[in-house]
Amino acid sequence: MISAFFIFNQKGEVLISRLFRTDLKRSISDVFRIQVISNPDVRSPIITLGSTSFFHVKINNVYVVGVTKCNASAALVFEFLYRFITISRAYFGKLDEESVKNNFVLIYELLDEILDFGYPQNSEIDTLKMYITTESIKSEMAVREDSSKITIQATGATSWRRSDVKYRKNEAFVDVIETVNLLMSKEGAVLRADVDGQILMRAYLSGTPECKFGLNDKLVLQKRGDTGPKSEDAVELDDCQFHQCVRLGKFDTDRSISFIPPDGEFELMRYRSTSNINLPFRLQTHVTEPTKSRVEYTIHLRASFDAKLNANNVVVRIPTPLNTTKVESKTGAGKAKYHPGENFIIWKIPRIQGQQEYTLTAEADLAQTTHRQAWSRPPIELDFSVVMFTASGLLVRFLKVFEKSGYQSVKWVRYLSKANGSYQIRF
Amino acid sequence: MSAAPPRKGENWELRQQLNSEYRDKRADAIKRVIANHTIGKDCSGLFPDVVKNMQTDDLEQKKLVYLYLMNYAKTQPELVILAVNTFVKDTADSNPLVRALAIRTMSVLRAEKILDYLASPLSRCLKDENPYVRKTAALCVAKVFDLKPELCVEYGFIETLRDLIGDGNPMVVANAVAALGDIHEASLALPPSNPSSPNGESPPPSSRPSSQLFIIDQPTLTKLLVALNECSEWGRIAILNTLARYKAQDVAESEHICERVMPQFQHINAAVVLGAVKVIMIHMRNVQREDLLRSLSRKMAPPLVTLISSAPEVQWVALRNINLLLQKRPDILANEMRVFFCKYNDPPYVKVEKLEIMVRLASERNVDTLLGELKEYASEVDVEFVRKAVLAIGQAAIKIETAAERCVGVLMDLIETRVSYVVQEAVIVMKDIFRKYPHSYEGIIPALCANLDELDEPEAKASLIWIIGEYAEKIDNADELLTVFLEAFKEESYPVQLQTLTAIVKLFLKKPDQSQAIVQRVLQAATKDCDSPDVRDRAYIYWRLLSSDPAAAKSVVLSVRPPISLPQTTVVPAILEELLGEISSLASVYHKPAATFIGKGRLGAEEMQRRAVDQTRPEEEVSREKALQTVVAGQQAENLLDFDDEPSAPTEAGAISSQAIASAAKSSNPLDELMDLFSSASMAAPTTQPVQSTGMSGSMADLMSPMNGSGTRSGVVSPTVAAPPPQQQLNGAEDDLLGLF
Repeated sequence: MISAFFIFNQKGEVLISRLFRTDLKRSISDVFRIQVISNPDVRSPIITLGSTSFFHVKINNVYVVGVTKCNASAALVFEFLYRFITISRAYFGKLDEESVKNNFVLIYELLDEILDFGYPQNSEIDTLKMYITTESIKSEMAVREDSSKITIQATGATSWRRSDVKYRKNEAFVDVIETVNLLMSKEGAVLRADVDGQILMRAYLSGTPECKFGLNDKLVLQKRGDTGPKSEDAVELDDCQFHQCVRLGKFDTDRSISFIPPDGEFELMRYRSTSNINLPFRLQTHVTEPTKSRVEYTIHLRASFDAKLNANNVVVRIPTPLNTTKVESKTGAGKAKYHPGENFIIWKIPRIQGQQEYTLTAEADLAQTTHRQAWSRPPIELDFSVVMFTASGLLVRFLKVFEKSGYQSVKWVRYLSKANGSYQIRF
Repeated sequence: MSAAPPRKGENWELRQQLNSEYRDKRADAIKRVIANHTIGKDCSGLFPDVVKNMQTDDLEQKKLVYLYLMNYAKTQPELVILAVNTFVKDTADSNPLVRALAIRTMSVLRAEKILDYLASPLSRCLKDENPYVRKTAALCVAKVFDLKPELCVEYGFIETLRDLIGDGNPMVVANAVAALGDIHEASLALPPSNPSSPNGESPPPSSRPSSQLFIIDQPTLTKLLVALNECSEWGRIAILNTLARYKAQDVAESEHICERVMPQFQHINAAVVLGAVKVIMIHMRNVQREDLLRSLSRKMAPPLVTLISSAPEVQWVALRNINLLLQKRPDILANEMRVFFCKYNDPPYVKVEKLEIMVRLASERNVDTLLGELKEYASEVDVEFVRKAVLAIGQAAIKIETAAERCVGVLMDLIETRVSYVVQEAVIVMKDIFRKYPHSYEGIIPALCANLDELDEPEAKASLIWIIGEYAEKIDNADELLTVFLEAFKEESYPVQLQTLTAIVKLFLKKPDQSQAIVQRVLQAATKDCDSPDVRDRAYIYWRLLSSDPAAAKSVVLSVRPPISLPQTTVVPAILEELLGEISSLASVYHKPAATFIGKGRLGAEEMQRRAVDQTRPEEEVSREKALQTVVAGQQAENLLDFDDEPSAPTEAGAISSQAIASAAKSSNPLDELMDLFSSASMAAPTTQPVQSTGMSGSMADLMSPMNGSGTRSGVVSPTVAAPPPQQQLNGAEDDLLGLF
């Protein structure tokens, strides 16, 4: 149970404060300010002082804090805090000090709805948006008429969907987005390569559609190696997790993904795959320190995906020693620039065709130091996004939509593999 | 208010606006009041003016007025009565949102007066046709119980709640379950001292608040299992928490629960996943079927691994819980070590947890990869993390005998980097490796000694001195090395002094001919110039031993110590079982029973009684109880400092911040415990035990007391007591204790 909810700015001023249970006083916020915000040594996201526990998530320039006095579920509190952040984003874009100050009335209204006596309530953005609106003036009559329906929906078996959705054109968009995690050792051995996948759906479908979704995978949850030869294109998923609209019981028995989708955009599923990952980029590094005041880099970047595909916004972040004074770099494509503040050479290539290869050479001059410790060489990071490519090889086989009225629907599927600080190569 | 407050200032202005004839001006003023309240200004003076705005058709404005009331009702109990009428009217509004809002607000006002008016609207709302109102009202019962338990009993709200478990709407079921759970918890905390007073007031004695307010029987169980698959994520957590409390009647029922809960592993919400793990860990205890057990373990692994890619805070919670799960079932993640590799940009608290888990998962098959990783981490910049990485190498060496040589190789590589804190930590770790594998890696001692000048931390110095003393016969210039430390004896910290003393005595016993002088000097220095009673006492003991019976001295000082080993668990088995039943809670994150940090004295006599009543396996419960009490006792100082209603002195409160967790983890880590022994009393154990051996009762406390050695035991030494080889005796008596090492 969450006894209190606060939002602080970086100075420790209270922006939002709401108590949900009677076991705490408002002044508890001072304790958090003193013990956490003004204490640079705090490293843990949960602090327990006496019998009061503070859970905090720092985002942009605010602290979102849940407080409890009991042996609460830590996972629940953090999930709730993150849900609050997602909801805030959906309502007013970014969660930072300014937006909190501008929207404090709305935030109180939301909190009142999503948390009652410390127990999280309906937190589906779609439903919340029906009765907590940003434009404050709304015809009261309209509210009164709707509210019965709204409340039924907010608590119903499909709390995520209204029943009276209508579209002239019934469409569903499926985005398969894969984040590639790679950790490669100095020697070029893959220490860890896996994919965190997300299937996002935007459903613009009328009525109460019943959807069935199929992937090129038998969803072998347990690796049963002895079930005969697997078909070439089958993908092994280590684990998958679904939006609450998916019938988990049914998935457990026959591995079919069936659901009534919420209206609009939602995350249908998350999955994880670790076998047969197609790495979209290979990086060969040759970094030497010929003298104490100099580091030389030669970095080959090779796009190993199909020549018909493109990668966009490729960014290679190459760490330099802290005492670097000057960097000179040469590259065949894109731009490479030394950013002294972050100690990186940042090599940006807006677009790379598959199967192409580029090289960067750079020399960093170092200042003389008395410091004896060797440079720790943080890994090189690579960011990219490759459209129509899945590193796991996952494909959507079908999406079937059944509705009473029997309308035809159009479905679109997109694939994207990306990395955001998760593609690391040691050198 | 007739005292005419000053006709200026912000509050005066606000009052004008709140009474304005223009509606938007009033609405604006309410917003400003709330804003002022948020930043901590006292707005209680505006109470009557705000309440006037309560009757409005604008739902948003109504919400704000209600919010104001929630915050200030307690300060103006007399005036709250002004609002009652509107509240009661609103609970019968045609708009369900308004009905729910009114009942929700009314039940948290915390004013006696309001409560009397609350009863009938609440019973109406509990039976409202609209599920939204019902689910809101369900939680209101818990709120009322918090304020006035008798009221709930009098009006039969709790029975109504029980009926709501059978409601057709899953959200209502979920909230009813949550409310009942809350009431159950609260009733446990109620003082049992006055059982007669509610008894006397309420006619039916059977319905007085008792610890049996929420009994989960089989029909309830069936309803819960159905609702589990239908309700929202938060509702699922409430239901899972309740399922965790349920005591299965037989094996078949346990199996049934496990099977029904298992699909929740696929939920996207980490709290649901961990909640399901908790329920399964509890009910798995009864499951006998091998295939089901295997399938449960196998299905548990992937969702746990998936949690590692969530937000860092959630990840951390998951990691702490995984650490706990692995202590019970080390096999579940045996093949998954790679996912625990630290990313360079992981937050430090996540990295440290990952390290611990990696060591847990280390086996002969993956130790090479592990060592490669650890070596990599040792070159990072975060000092604390680097030290932990080095320590982990040592733990791997102790855990996997076949890999020890490779671990030592890596450690030697690290020592060559000559980075001060890496070298120091490596030396400390090497000492542990020597403890585990005596006489195996003597070849590296010269390399260690070469770093003598690098060491400036007491623990590292003490470790190196211990190594020199232990292998004095193999080190040609041992006397020279020790003389270096002896020169600075007075300036050293006590652990180093103790260690120097012991090492020189060892040297003397091994090579008596060339170290007569130095042993004389150290005994002189320790007895004359040292202000620590520990050091002095030990010096006296040695002195007498050496002068009266050198053979006895030899058998005491040079006795063979049992090798150390890495334990499977960091908490006592009884507590581990308890914590596994609380997966995902704070207790499981801290690896400490809830009573140690919630500290309402709940683990007092009544708790014992309750446990005694519903215990199924007595001896197990009793041992758990004992273990819990020990832990609680150790924490009491902290609880005393609870700042419950005393925000003025919060800084003094005992903090279980990360440092404390780290130290808790540290103290529960046997290697460190060992080091603590070393640092606090060095090798006191084998040398001083004979003193106590007559009174040795075999308990940890007894062993500890001579080590902490604050008492003055001078002069009680008689060599005859030391005659039997004490270690042997100890081995038998202290099995438990040594098991910890």
